[in-house]
Amino acid sequence: MSEYRVLVVEDSPTMRQLIVFALKRIRNLHIEEAGDGVGGLKKLSAQKFDLVVTDINMPIMDGLKLVSLIRNDPQYRDVPIVVITTEGATEDRDRALALGANEYITKPIQTARILEVAKKMLGI
Amino acid sequence: MTDSSDSNNVHSRAEEFLQVFKKGAEFTQDLLKENERLRFRLLELEQKNRAEATTVELQLLKQQLQLVEVEKKNILDKIGTVERENLDFTHRYAEIEADNNLLANLYITTYQLHSTFEVREVFRVIEEILLNLVGADECSLFFRDENNLLIQSVMNDEGEPEVRVVGNSDPRIDLALTEGQIWIPDSEELAQLDESAVKAAIPLWVDGHVIGVLAIYRLLAQKNGFSGIDEEIFGLLGEHAAMAICTAVLRQEHDGQIDFKRGFLART
Repeated sequence: MSEYRVLVVEDSPTMRQLIVFALKRIRNLHIEEAGDGVGGLKKLSAQKFDLVVTDINMPIMDGLKLVSLIRNDPQYRDVPIVVITTEGATEDRDRALALGANEYITKPIQTARILEVAKKMLGI
Repeated sequence: MTDSSDSNNVHSRAEEFLQVFKKGAEFTQDLLKENERLRFRLLELEQKNRAEATTVELQLLKQQLQLVEVEKKNILDKIGTVERENLDFTHRYAEIEADNNLLANLYITTYQLHSTFEVREVFRVIEEILLNLVGADECSLFFRDENNLLIQSVMNDEGEPEVRVVGNSDPRIDLALTEGQIWIPDSEELAQLDESAVKAAIPLWVDGHVIGVLAIYRLLAQKNGFSGIDEEIFGLLGEHAAMAICTAVLRQEHDGQIDFKRGFLART
């Protein structure tokens, strides 16, 4: 059975816990967490990931910058990215998609939606 | 004489042969007629048999068709049952997913609220829960102080909690403080509220007493109403946020020092 590695980049512990809680329902899934874009990039450089889930509004390095850096690095350019946006923040969402994000989830998020999107991105 | 007698004898034998030959010819004619009659009869019988065989085959096919029709009906009935079961499972799955989502939200709310002893952290967690799990991006806490004055706690731009005395509060906040009832408007009522009006008021309970109210002032742009999950979160916040605030305040008052021994032995 395939093993999947997912990186969750989110500054809010509440949101991070909710995302991890939902993703843990997928079997053989290993989750790494980071609190901002810089932490996310460090984790990315240390190991290979099958999916990156990132918030947009974060301190130090936001999600848009992270999406841009991932897409411009040949090493990670094929990793699917899901961004988490605030309801109504269509501008952020559109920018993230234009920068190369594959999907988006809006807040307040539902565990079923996280699962659905993650499974779709991982091809499960 | 002998010649004449021989000639008569030959003649007589020829006549005899002719008679035999004629009889033979007649017999052959009869045989041919009989043969023709029999062949005709054979044809008749063959046609009759073929017609009878076709009728039997048709009956067999009709019987088989009826069986197939019955089988088809049974299969269609089974498909109908399976489809109904499938729909039922889909509904049950959706219900379980909703329950799972609710439990996840409640678990995380509780977990996060009790993950810190810092007052400002408790406030931050409350705001985060309301923003990320409910969709409310502006809230405030109201408490009665020792002189029964209503004080409002807000987070300033630096993320530090501040308090100010409030002269008059919203009647819904007063009601939540005095009656201890959650006030949540329905979607229609919510749509009619002013931008600055309270959108929800949640009493904070500790040990059977209302110690304050959590008021929501602003919702995210596309949040048009409160769901059942929101109500559950409000109910849980009412109990657990109050306890988390009290615990954090008490600990802060004791400069982070907790005397477990005194606490365990204390009599009420």
